[in-house]
Amino acid sequence: MFQYIIKRLGYTLLTIVIISTITFFLMNLVPGGPFLSEKSPSPAVLEAMNEKYGLDKPLGVQYKNYMLKLAQGDLGISIKKKGRSVNDIIAEKFPVSAKVGGVAVGIAIFLGIPMGAVAALNRGKFLDNGLMFISTLGIAVPGFVVATSLMIIFGVKLRLLPTFGLSSPLHYILPALTLAFYPMSYMARLMRSSMLDVLGQDYIRTARAKGVSEFTMLFKHALRNAILPIITYLGPLLAYVLTGSFVVEKIFTIPGLGGEFISSITNRDYPLIMGTTIFLAAFLVLMNVLVDIMYKLVDPRIKLK
Amino acid sequence: MNNKELLLDIKNLSISFFTPSGEVKAVNDVSYHMYDGEVLGIVGESGSGKSVSSYSIMGLISDPGKIVNGSIMFNNHQIDKMTEKELQKIRGKEVSIIFQDPMSSLNPVFTIGHQISEVLKLHTKLSNEEIKKRSIELLELVGMNEPVKRYSQYPHEFSGGMRQRAMIAMALACEPKMLIADEATTALDVTIQAQILELMVELKDKIGMSIIMITHDLGVVASMCEKLAVMYAGRIVEFGTVEDIFYNTKHQYTLGLLKSIPKINADEHERLIPIEGTPVDLLYPPEGCPFAPRCEKTMKICLTQMPGYTYLSDEHYSACWLLDKEKFEGEKGE
Repeated sequence: MFQYIIKRLGYTLLTIVIISTITFFLMNLVPGGPFLSEKSPSPAVLEAMNEKYGLDKPLGVQYKNYMLKLAQGDLGISIKKKGRSVNDIIAEKFPVSAKVGGVAVGIAIFLGIPMGAVAALNRGKFLDNGLMFISTLGIAVPGFVVATSLMIIFGVKLRLLPTFGLSSPLHYILPALTLAFYPMSYMARLMRSSMLDVLGQDYIRTARAKGVSEFTMLFKHALRNAILPIITYLGPLLAYVLTGSFVVEKIFTIPGLGGEFISSITNRDYPLIMGTTIFLAAFLVLMNVLVDIMYKLVDPRIKLK
Repeated sequence: MNNKELLLDIKNLSISFFTPSGEVKAVNDVSYHMYDGEVLGIVGESGSGKSVSSYSIMGLISDPGKIVNGSIMFNNHQIDKMTEKELQKIRGKEVSIIFQDPMSSLNPVFTIGHQISEVLKLHTKLSNEEIKKRSIELLELVGMNEPVKRYSQYPHEFSGGMRQRAMIAMALACEPKMLIADEATTALDVTIQAQILELMVELKDKIGMSIIMITHDLGVVASMCEKLAVMYAGRIVEFGTVEDIFYNTKHQYTLGLLKSIPKINADEHERLIPIEGTPVDLLYPPEGCPFAPRCEKTMKICLTQMPGYTYLSDEHYSACWLLDKEKFEGEKGE
């Protein structure tokens, strides 16, 4: 197990090198630059700026310099946010996104899994149809519609919940619900189909023949077998939801990392583009390692090699 | 015989499955009884209702199946009137079952020990250590080598025969009054089959339980059972002691089954005699005897009216119009 983790971490480093290389060159292929805007600076100023940030050097040299710094864990200095290092920005913004995202993942898991299980048990009945209607809605309706609808209902009409910022626990509810709606629906569907499959298995019949209660049968014998697809989905879900969503953060004015992904690109803030991309990639790969380990814990048949 | 206690009494049992395409009458008007310690064989082809009728003894008929008529008395419980909660107390304790496919009948994510202990935890008041001790004893009882090691292994680490032994250990954990073996040896290879059967007979005497052997292997029946029920299309077409059925066969279907057994001393070129035709569609059961379309000796009445049981002795009866004909001719001859 320990050996396996070490090996996987090695692969993670390789993945990061490849991703940062691809991102670096793609990013530089895009026309434009950090200092170009409607009112372009004079050529002399532009030259001075390029020199300051090392953008005047050939691309190969820039790449070498960046990778050397990256190896030391230094993601560089942001061009647009003067004097702030990318490491700083991520360290400040990621916890904000992660808190909202964490609440969202929690909601998605604790509602989505029981929803799917209950739907499977009531297959074809009213409850099943109702739950599947909600989950279809959750998958089909885009986040900004969910966000604005929740805002109108709970913020404007009922005046129950605040709609911007994160100054109290109450402020977390609407953005977390918005973020949770899609994964909750997706998990409910995954859980329903995998539960239906498991409930038809012979070992469930064995469990019933032993005299276990309906509850034990469902939440012990069936759930542990049915949950594997959910765990698979959980890896990327955690990575994407915890690093924040541009749409949700814009709508609820949350100062999180999600916004930085998009604004860094429109700003051509090269170090910040690299930093956020590498951070997301590393996080995603690590979450997948975590998923593999969880797999092993749930299903003894799986061997980690 | 009669001083033995009546353990199971099934009367006029009918079970139907209500599917979208209509009512499938899986079990039709089945009655039989068993005394303590008996071994009953139920034979019949797939879909003849042999499994469904036995599952009903445990109340294990699930949606869309329903008991539409009849009663099941088991060990002084009226099974068909019991709630799910009450049934849970009986399952695994007073009546246990071993299923056909040991590869899929054990839960892959729990250890063998855990799965055996679970039955004891549900039905006994033993402490955790006692349960573990008893589980290991059970593994030893069913002939598992290194029971302590096996206790903490998972099903995927077991071979088919070992899994079936584990299933038996689980079924016998609470020393039930009755064991239902639903084609318990069908999925195993022949040598393992023999071992498992031997084990069941041995344990039956040790614990003093009754066994219902559901099978389509008449060889198994001949070696293990005292009585035999032959089922066809959801009905018992012939019931009797093994001697009655094998040597005084009365129903044409039973006869067909016996003819289709390969003989060890047969000529090389001798062909097996199959039963021609296909089983009936239980969605649209025929009016008369369900076997009539395949029977060699069909008479007019067979196609229009269901035959009743003719009793050849207290324990041997069969549903065939030929028997009525014989009886009638016999009376005329006298």
